[in-house]
Amino acid sequence: MAELIDLVLLAMLALTALRVIFLRDLFAVVMLFGIYSFLSALIFVSLDAVDVAFTEASVGAGISTVLMLGTLALTGRTEKENKHSSFLPLIVVGITGAALIYGTLDMPPFGHPDNPVHEHVAPRYIEESPKEVGLPNMVTSVLASYRGFDTLGETVVVFAAMVGVLALLGIRREDEDADKAPESGLKAHLVLRVVAKILIPLVILFALYVQFHGDFGPGGGFQAGVIAAAAFILYTLVFGLPLSFKVIGPKLLQILAPCGVLLYASVGLYSMLKGGQFLDYNLLAEDPIAGQHYGIIIIELGVGITVFAVMLSIFYAFASQAERSNIQ
Amino acid sequence: MLLIDIASSTLLIAGVFFGLSGAIGLFKFPDFFTRVHAASVTDSIAAILIIGGLLLQTSFDLNTAKLLFILVFLMITSPTASHALAKSARHGGLLSLAESKSRPGEQKH
Repeated sequence: MAELIDLVLLAMLALTALRVIFLRDLFAVVMLFGIYSFLSALIFVSLDAVDVAFTEASVGAGISTVLMLGTLALTGRTEKENKHSSFLPLIVVGITGAALIYGTLDMPPFGHPDNPVHEHVAPRYIEESPKEVGLPNMVTSVLASYRGFDTLGETVVVFAAMVGVLALLGIRREDEDADKAPESGLKAHLVLRVVAKILIPLVILFALYVQFHGDFGPGGGFQAGVIAAAAFILYTLVFGLPLSFKVIGPKLLQILAPCGVLLYASVGLYSMLKGGQFLDYNLLAEDPIAGQHYGIIIIELGVGITVFAVMLSIFYAFASQAERSNIQ
Repeated sequence: MLLIDIASSTLLIAGVFFGLSGAIGLFKFPDFFTRVHAASVTDSIAAILIIGGLLLQTSFDLNTAKLLFILVFLMITSPTASHALAKSARHGGLLSLAESKSRPGEQKH
């Protein structure tokens, strides 16, 4: 039965991917990408990887769809006709693909229980992490403690994405011509306004739950940051950009984003000051396990702050550009 | 115990039926507004029925509360989304089937 579900989901995934390739209407493509992410999230759930499924659903289907729609608002919704001959690219792609497939021949067989990763790495985490870290959610132990350095890198990548977007687009300040700005948002939608007012506090509450419950259940900084950003994006969509700037301004976000990264890195530096290695949480408290817990909570908070600030900043950048092009 | 199982599977099957009929309506109905109607109305009842069926399968603990939260969330968001969709289509100048028949040619902007 489980195989059947997996097969159906994978078939739907393949169909969606093929449809994305052949469609020229980019609006439909963005929607299909959302469906694609939801399908992968379902596959991850059926593989018992709920943390990954959670990330895929919130980041892949949620915020990327919003950001891609924001991009479409700036660029237009149909793909440009390609006039070049596609013969040479086809050869290049064919050769590259063949080389990649040839490269995989040397890899251990896919999903085989005797693979190195199943013999050394995974058993080590499963057997030792309850004693060394002591968190019920082993994924968080691996992500935040054993692979803490990788996660720091990921957070920096997210931060770099914001730097890139802001360098290219910038956020237009609304105060120059606040009177001239059109009625942004959906102020005429009474139902939307009422429902948004009910939902937004609950969404933020849920984000906080995901943030601080990540040690015990699925979730963590990445998902929480994205969910909190989604709450503010909903606010912006319904009530308009100027009001949203008053709630949480772009300047504040630009301060928050590096603060999260710095908070994360400073935990590492603090453990170095204590005489250990970078990001060695054992030294944060008298008891090594308590130290691990403190370290994980602090760095998850750093991740959450950075992801939240970056996602909202990028959305602000797109939205303010779209608003400007509406005025002109 | 058996009675609960029967009730729960009845609810689940009814939910699946409504979900399927909504999907068929989405493909078969002639224009945008009727399609939104088909999708949104059946979606709400399917969510109620399926989550109701799942509720009966829980042992009335934390999972019950979580399912109830999901139900409330869906009850609020799903009709709102359909409403917003239809209203923005209206705002964008899309006419309903009857209107575009009585005023031919007006739909082409």
